[in-house]
Order: sequence, then C-alpha cells, then structure tokens
Amino acid sequence: MVGNADLFVNWSRKSSLWYLLFATACCGIELMQAGASRYDMDRFGAVFRATPRQSDLMLVAGTITHKMADRVKRLYDQMPEPKYVISMGSCANTGGPFYKDSYCVVKGVDLLIPVDVYIPGCPPRPEALIDGIMRLQKIIMRKKNYGAKA
Amino acid sequence: MEAQAILDTLKGKFGDAVVELQSEGFSPAFVVVASAAVNAIARFLRDDPALSFDSLMCLSGVDYKEKFAVAYHLHSLKHRHAIGLKAMLPRENPSLPTVDDVWPAANFHEREAFDLFGIGFEGSKDLRRILLPEDWEGHPLRKDYKYPDFYHGIKV
Repeated sequence: MVGNADLFVNWSRKSSLWYLLFATACCGIELMQAGASRYDMDRFGAVFRATPRQSDLMLVAGTITHKMADRVKRLYDQMPEPKYVISMGSCANTGGPFYKDSYCVVKGVDLLIPVDVYIPGCPPRPEALIDGIMRLQKIIMRKKNYGAKA
Repeated sequence: MEAQAILDTLKGKFGDAVVELQSEGFSPAFVVVASAAVNAIARFLRDDPALSFDSLMCLSGVDYKEKFAVAYHLHSLKHRHAIGLKAMLPRENPSLPTVDDVWPAANFHEREAFDLFGIGFEGSKDLRRILLPEDWEGHPLRKDYKYPDFYHGIKV
C-alpha cells in the first residue's frame, strides 16, 4: 500500500518539474531553446517559473562567479522541499574554460549547493538537457517514503 | 586630422604637458601626456571645432610592471578621425583626474580600471568597484596580484 503511494507521489513530482529560470551565460540560450516549441520541455511537465518559491528544480545554466555565489545559495534556500538541482554545462560542473587561472569563477556549483544531475557540454544541446531531465525523473521515481530524507 | 597635426596643435596649446607621439605599431597613434593635465586636454580635444573628439571609444588601464598607464581611444564622428591618449602613472598610488565630466561614458570604464588595476580617478562622480564584489581584496589585473585561497569560504 505504501509502495503504491510512493509510486503516485513520485510520479506526480516527476511530471511537474517546474524549474527556476536561472541562466547566467550562454547555456541559458540553449535552455531557452529547450523550453521553446521545437524541443518543448513542457511535455515533461517542466515549465519555467520566475520565482524560486514556485520552483522544484534549479537549472544552473552558466558560469557562476564568486559575486554570484551568494545569490545562488540564497535562491536555492528559498526553494521549497523537495528540490532538485541540475548543473548544466562545463562552467557549472567544474568551472569549465575558467578552471585554470581564474580568480573570479567558482570551480563547480557543487561547491555551493548539492547537485543531482550533471550535464556535460559547452554548451549542451537541448537534447542533452532533456536527457538530463529524464535522468532526474528516474532518480525521483526511485525515492522511498515520499522522498523523506533517510 | 593626422596624428602629427593633432600633436602639434596640443603642443601649441599645452606645451610641456604633451610629452611625445607613439606612432610605431599603434593605430591610431598615441599622444603621451602628463597625467595631471588629462582633464584639460580631454576637454580641449572635445570642444575644439577642428578636433571635436565627441566619442570616447575606450578607456583602459595598462600595467607595464614598473609603471601604470591609462589609455584613452577617441573618435570624432564629425571629422571621422581618431587618436589615442596615454597618461603614465607611478607604481605607488596611481591616480589622475577623471574625464567623466567630459565624456559621461568614461565613468564605467574608470570604475573598471579602478576595480581591476587600483587606479584612482580624482573627482569622479561615482568610483566604486564595478565587476568584483565590494569586499574583494586587491586588484586582479595587476601583474603582481596574488590569488586568494578562499573567498567567503569557497575555494578560489
């Protein structure tokens, strides 16, 4: 009985992944592309929201500088549970082209907030982003006890 | 107007404040001027009808290791000519008069030079850091800049 309830809750959550509009660099262009009619992320229930308070998913699309780092953390803290993070592109994953000899770029957004799925690419194509969202959906479907923390 | 003619005009008006013409390898050529006279020279270049440099294309800081410089690229939309202006500054406490009362566009560029090189602009309307956080220490484009290990607890 509980298993069936988990299935229903997880299915509801994975089918309504409202993501926070958070684009800081060129990955944001691919993110817009993925949200527009040609790739149509809406069909996964993934709709963009302009406020963290209505978002389930934070798509970190782009370079995070140290000046931006405080804002990233604050936006993440403002999102209601359960919340997920996708790190999109090389900059958000590792610092990317700014990895060596940059004083201002954070070398990976996972230094700031926990990340569920990393998408490689510079920038990743919309197909890759959609694959990342589908992988996150698979992760959500494996959650137990309404996704409560162990 | 050609660079040499601009230099002669400036020399006639400002005398020793105009040091030399650097034309080798530069396009447009640079007129090197004394840093204290930058604002007066800039105003003359803008207001003189034969020159009328109404557009500040770029203002940038330069680190020559033993000294600093500020380079101005000017363009005249009326006469379609261009010139560079360069002011040398000492390594210790580099500072020179602002030109943001001549070309308001200078303000952002001066803030950038202040942020990344630590060059002061006396009399500026608003001289704050523009790119880096307010509490950042040091000026990263200086050749002798040492990276911090951590910023707000995050590894740099």
